[in-house]
Amino acid sequence: MSVVIIGAGQAGLQLADSLRTEGYDGKIEVIGEEFGVPYQRPPLSKDYLAPGKEAAPLPLRGPSFFLDKHITLHAGVRALTVDRPERTVKTTEGMLEYDHLVFATGARNRMLSCPGALLPGVHGLKTLSDAEALHMALPAARNIVIIGAGFIGLEFAAAALAHGCNVTVLEFAPRPMGRALTPVMSEWFAGALRSQGISLRLDEGIERFEPGTDGRVAAAISTSGASYPADLVLVGIGVQPNDTLARDSGIETSNGIVVDETLRTADPAILAIGDCANFPSAHSLGNLRLESVQNATDQGRHAARTILGTESPYNALPWFWSTQGPYKLQMAGIPQPNDDILILGDQSEAKFSVLCFRQGILAAVESVNNAADHMAARKLLSAGTAITRNLVESEGFTLKAATREVSLVSPVP
Amino acid sequence: MPSVTYTQPNGTQQTLQVESGTTLMRAAVNNGVDGIIGECGGQAMCATCHVYVRPEYAQALPDISDDEDEMLDCATAERTDSSRLACQIQLNAELSEIVVDIPVGQL
Repeated sequence: MSVVIIGAGQAGLQLADSLRTEGYDGKIEVIGEEFGVPYQRPPLSKDYLAPGKEAAPLPLRGPSFFLDKHITLHAGVRALTVDRPERTVKTTEGMLEYDHLVFATGARNRMLSCPGALLPGVHGLKTLSDAEALHMALPAARNIVIIGAGFIGLEFAAAALAHGCNVTVLEFAPRPMGRALTPVMSEWFAGALRSQGISLRLDEGIERFEPGTDGRVAAAISTSGASYPADLVLVGIGVQPNDTLARDSGIETSNGIVVDETLRTADPAILAIGDCANFPSAHSLGNLRLESVQNATDQGRHAARTILGTESPYNALPWFWSTQGPYKLQMAGIPQPNDDILILGDQSEAKFSVLCFRQGILAAVESVNNAADHMAARKLLSAGTAITRNLVESEGFTLKAATREVSLVSPVP
Repeated sequence: MPSVTYTQPNGTQQTLQVESGTTLMRAAVNNGVDGIIGECGGQAMCATCHVYVRPEYAQALPDISDDEDEMLDCATAERTDSSRLACQIQLNAELSEIVVDIPVGQL
């Protein structure tokens, strides 16, 4: 038997690793577009950009991983076409045969198309080489404009502040991190970012960039007509799933590669996992595509079991984190617009949690600088424990204490 | 160069010489030491780099932050007085040598 995995990121390598752990002894081939050793992405927008640090990528696996586990890594290779009847993948290096094919192709940055978007000094942040360029540029930068107040934009804003730069963030939506966070958390962050000295411009998009006499970016002109000086620009306006190859192979795509609850596409020999996969989730109101380490690794582990014949639905609790200067944001579950909200803790002390109730039951928790709440929420939500709003409002309630009480009746695996 | 020794639950030991400033998690991941995952990349967010520090090195360790403390409470393996997150311990002139035990499970 042979498994071909397209993508050498967190999801693809976890799958390869888990296949071996679960006892699979057939051929495993991993196709990775980037040259070199596969690396972890989360530090690229955090530690990697911190002042005075010698940046080094953190590998996803140790140096002997591929040899020890008999996994072939085709680095610097692109998958070009998939022949489903023949079960082959044509790559830039030749043909690979598969019994199971897994798309772990991730996502790519959305690009700006406005005038000046390609000027020197305008950066994106996704790959190690993007991060290297920013690591080099940051110490000399003064005025930084960030397009997009999402996680990447705001993590970069924190790094830029730490380098002593003036930071302006343009966000065309009315609140930061608006797609992922509850309005109450999003608005708290808006205030917190501004009190740190970040100039957060909401409801304001980018119109164009203007070059200086040296040909590099010098100013960002916003949709309101304002001009912001900029010697370095970061564009962080989200990502698009890498689903073109799957679509061209006749696999259904719709904001990602569509899979069922076992992570299989309609072709039972083909699966999709990680940022590129659109899957049904019990934790939200419909299908989901998640961009997170947790989702990539948990789906990698699950897909290994699916390939080896365990037909169980994927239902891992989504969780996520972002580090932005002094703020550690952690989320468990997925907030929905109609959730009933309750705040635990002290917003003025920057240590609190936002609890989201659906039909009266706890369904998602966002925390700032409150790891205890976050870890407890993960336990409670993973165990499917029914925490009611009434219980939370009772005297002396904490999420952590609740984990001890409910674990008696509902053990956490 | 500072050195770190990782002891697996079965007693086998692996000693690494690493650059000053390297964390115990990073050294382990860089070198493929089994049993230290570091899924979050070193942000004290995932508690998958839990280790037990041998008592003779306890004095040279940095204090446990509130975050690390709370994450350790929720680590998969049992927390003891010597539990730490490997991503929060840096090797340097003050801590040039350390021996740690790796727990049975991180997930």
